[in-house]
Amino acid sequence: MKPPVFDYFAPNTLDEALSLLAEHGDEAKVLAGGQSLVPAMNFRLARPEILIDLGRLSELTGIERLDGGQNVRIGAMTRQRTVERHPLVRKHVPLVHETMPWVAHPQIRNRGTFGGSLAHADPAAELPAVLLALGGRCLAKSRDGERWIDAQDFYTGLFETALEPHELLAAVELPSVGPGEGWAFTEMSRRHGDFALCGVAARLKARDGVVEEASVALLSVGDGPTAAPSVVEILVGQAPSAELVSTAADAVVNDIDPPGDLHATPAYRRHLARTLTRRVLTAAVDRISG
Amino acid sequence: METRYFGKPLKRNEDHRLLTGKALFVDDVTLPGMLHVAFKRSDFAHGRILEIDVQAALERPGVVAVYTAEDLGDYHQPGPLLLPAPPIEGAVFHPRMQVPLAKDKVRHVGEPIAVVVARSRYIAEDAAEEIFVDIEPLDAVVDLEGALDPDTPKIHDDLESNLAAHVVQSKGDFDSVVDKAHRVVRRRFFYDHGIAAAMENRGIVASWDARDQQLEIWDTTQAPIAIRNGLAGMLGLAESQVRVVAPFIGGGFGPKIMMFYPEEVLLPWISMRLGWPVKWIEDRAENFVATTHERAQIHEAALAVDENGKILGVEDTFIHDAGAYNPYGLTVPINSQCTLLGPYDVPNYRSEFTVVYTNKTLVTPYRGAGRQHGVFVMERLLDLAAKELGLDVVEIRRRNFLPPDAFPHDHGLIYQDFSSLVYDSGNYEPALDKAVKLIDFAGFESGSSEIEPHKRRGIGIVCYVEGTGIGPYEGAKVTVEPSGTVSVVTGVGTQGQGHFTSFAQVVGEQIGVDPTKIRVVTGDTRLFHWGAGTFASRGAVVAGNACHAAALDVRKKILKMAGELLEAPEEDLELVDGKAQVKGVPAKAIELGELASLANPMRGAVEPGTEPGLEATTYFGPKHGSTASGVHAMEVEVDLETYDVKILRYVVVHDCGTVINPLILEGQIQGGVAQGIGNAFYEQILYGDDGQLLNGSFMDYLLPTSMDVPNVVGDHVETPSPLNPLGIKGAGEAGAIPVGALFAQAVEHALRDEGLEILEIPLSPNRLFELLHDREGIASTEESGS
Ligand SMILES: Cc1cc2nc3c(=O)[nH]c(=O)nc-3n(C[C@H](O)[C@H](O)[C@H](O)COP(=O)(O)OP(=O)(O)OC[C@H]3O[C@@H](n4cnc5c(N)ncnc54)[C@H](O)[C@@H]3O)c2cc1C
Repeated sequence: MKPPVFDYFAPNTLDEALSLLAEHGDEAKVLAGGQSLVPAMNFRLARPEILIDLGRLSELTGIERLDGGQNVRIGAMTRQRTVERHPLVRKHVPLVHETMPWVAHPQIRNRGTFGGSLAHADPAAELPAVLLALGGRCLAKSRDGERWIDAQDFYTGLFETALEPHELLAAVELPSVGPGEGWAFTEMSRRHGDFALCGVAARLKARDGVVEEASVALLSVGDGPTAAPSVVEILVGQAPSAELVSTAADAVVNDIDPPGDLHATPAYRRHLARTLTRRVLTAAVDRISG
Repeated sequence: METRYFGKPLKRNEDHRLLTGKALFVDDVTLPGMLHVAFKRSDFAHGRILEIDVQAALERPGVVAVYTAEDLGDYHQPGPLLLPAPPIEGAVFHPRMQVPLAKDKVRHVGEPIAVVVARSRYIAEDAAEEIFVDIEPLDAVVDLEGALDPDTPKIHDDLESNLAAHVVQSKGDFDSVVDKAHRVVRRRFFYDHGIAAAMENRGIVASWDARDQQLEIWDTTQAPIAIRNGLAGMLGLAESQVRVVAPFIGGGFGPKIMMFYPEEVLLPWISMRLGWPVKWIEDRAENFVATTHERAQIHEAALAVDENGKILGVEDTFIHDAGAYNPYGLTVPINSQCTLLGPYDVPNYRSEFTVVYTNKTLVTPYRGAGRQHGVFVMERLLDLAAKELGLDVVEIRRRNFLPPDAFPHDHGLIYQDFSSLVYDSGNYEPALDKAVKLIDFAGFESGSSEIEPHKRRGIGIVCYVEGTGIGPYEGAKVTVEPSGTVSVVTGVGTQGQGHFTSFAQVVGEQIGVDPTKIRVVTGDTRLFHWGAGTFASRGAVVAGNACHAAALDVRKKILKMAGELLEAPEEDLELVDGKAQVKGVPAKAIELGELASLANPMRGAVEPGTEPGLEATTYFGPKHGSTASGVHAMEVEVDLETYDVKILRYVVVHDCGTVINPLILEGQIQGGVAQGIGNAFYEQILYGDDGQLLNGSFMDYLLPTSMDVPNVVGDHVETPSPLNPLGIKGAGEAGAIPVGALFAQAVEHALRDEGLEILEIPLSPNRLFELLHDREGIASTEESGS
């Protein structure tokens, strides 16, 4: 339970960090909160030769409103606990606020970063599913420049993202909640703070009594956060009701092919996906009307 | 009896040091020049070692030595057999013990193959990774029931099969009651018990001082004296040349008893060979594969009852998993066999068990030590019989209790201590009544509470007895030092049980000294080297009574001396606040410290035969173990959509005879219940068909957290043990034993509309889903998308 030998850099500026990444690319890993990377290194499952610690880069922290309030931008190195308690997040991206307590434990959220969780791309992580449900976008930076990656393009496989080895995730932008919107998150885990056996994030927008827009994303049912277009299709254009929600939730099994592991069989996961989808949709609908 | 300290809920003397991080643990021991040790362990469950190449590891800078079995020469011996074959007629027993480093063959994942000594643990681990071991894999024996199939590979080549033991014990004649019985309930049960997962893993520091010719060992052992004696023998040293210290230990629970683990045997040898102190601290990944487990038993059992629900007889046949070696003998299955009988009058009993070797980590006692398995079988059988007879679960138990006048009750079986299974005393009904009241059975039945539509509630109650406080003996030395400090030294190790307080209370009571002023030392063989150790809920019973006896002897000495000095008859004296004084006359008093100085004259002459000091060393050994008992009850809520289970209330009514410190007892019970809940709903060691451990980290091996464990509401019944002067019975394992049985009963009750029988532990939401959906009729709901 001791990591193999590695070199360690702690750049003081973002430029410095990006140069180091450009130079070392494949052999290097950036270190954010270390709550996933360091255990993996101690198990010798991850063996980066070089660690580039982002801890000193104030350019990568902070939460602000942009575009006349349409979006909220969260710096990748912002600690999860800061996001959880931030008034802008609570008010304008309440789905994130609601989800944060499900991520690990307060001690871990004090160290773990928002961007670290997104970049780590654990299929059982909550925040990637929330990013997908919200339709946010990710800002990737490298020495050569920057680019935006939409949420649905960001996750490319098991623990894989669209980030290149010489790129890092600098920030994400999430759309602010608007009138007529409802949202909810829930999950089932063995113990509070555990990675979920299954979890669902949903966002609905209604106008004149019908669902105009919807998005539903699940975690722990595939290689990464998993969208549920079949559910959305049933919801959009319809007046929300308990019956509609139930029919839509049942359709979630068409969008997932969950894996089995020690804690949940595929059948149990499908069952949970239906149950939890129904629960979040019910809560989201309540929020629209309430 | 009016007491001053004994029986009072005093806060623990040791907590300040423990909670402020100032207590000594093995990893705190740092010695000049100390080297660090890491192990190369087997990645295979079963295989032949073809080649070991340590060259690359040896060449790594900072590596001091690498050893394999070859290098150990004659020191490469199997560990001792800690408990021989039980004196049971017809018992078959083929013990095979672990070796310090695997030679020729590996028999479980994690078995050590080579050991690296280096300047740091980091270097040692890097080097261990560079050791090349070529292993020809053999099929692994994983399945208990398949272990004895003729075409299953043999784990120990010199044995005829993987049979480790076979034992039959009986009383009366079960077969004769089957025909007479009103009902015979017969089922197959599966009970798996997890790992101890102590907060502190194992650790050893060994330091050989060639000039002093002394070997010092700090070891996370529950039995330092046994370890000292054993290691001295192996290393060719006199016992007096070896000091074993078991300092504070972050939880023992059984696996730290006196295993002579490979690491325990190797570190002293390495230190003697290299002449430097060496340290090994087990990490969590190692703990999962290298520290002993407890695991599954499969029982086929039957209960015969008459029309009133009276037990006519029980029959049980089970298989027990020994793992790769069984140095601890048959303690665990014998506990299962004997504890099954519980507080009940069972006139006819036949129990047969088969122990098999498997390619898994060794099985040795872990808190409860097989008692869980037996209690589960008996309690479930009673529940099933109650259902068939239309009796309620409380009533069937009440009807079968041994009555208060049945004691001592000899079951005619041989127990784990190899003496006969005799219950010393007991009074079971008052505990049942209290528990029924505390959990509010009546309130539950009336269904007063409101619950969400997709949730169901259930309630349960179970009983158990626990054989505790077994021999042979322990000792204690009580000294009033001239400084006025009172010291109490015993040989047992301590792993959080509160010995520094309980023993101080026992001694303080007799010599009138506030327990906070009494210094208790445990587990240092240089200060006390007679005794067996801390296990089988025996510390308070056996060492506690030794402390009591020694305190009485010192009290006598104090009274004699003080009587002479104060010129008063001994009967007129009292011992209060660290003084001996004439009753009610504080002016006529003498401090105990002053007495101690006077008892150690520096000049002049003493009467021939005078012993110096106010000191006594006294021993206590009970005739046999004392039998504690109790009743647990709980209310659960099951979410029918997610299959999650929440424990709403938990009640324990417990009888461990006389209570030394109710606060400590409460802690013991609460901690035991937490481990029991882990066993029932969270923890299970899982192996693949190839013998690989599938959940060897706390990511996948789930321990219950403070949020999953309810506060236990407790009460006591006190039925003193006649077998020791203090009337104490053990309490260490009581909290953990019946939780699985209770959980199954309560969840089954919550799911009563589904008609499910729960015949296995542990459960999980996933398992409940499977149990409910794999059945005919229900299976279709999943597919139809209800
Ligand atoms: C006991 C425990 C329980 C946990 N439970 C949960 C849970 O329930 N849900 C959950 O979602 N998580 C859980 N976690 C993980 C936790 O949320 C981590 O904080 C998170 O996954 C990673 O964030 P980090 O900042 O610690 O990243 P690190 O561990 O430092 O890095 C993780 C990976 O992401 C990469 N990375 C980090 N930041 C960037 C960046 N800006 N750009 C590019 N790559 C980057 C790193 O190189 C590394 O590969 C748990 C962790 C622990 C220890």
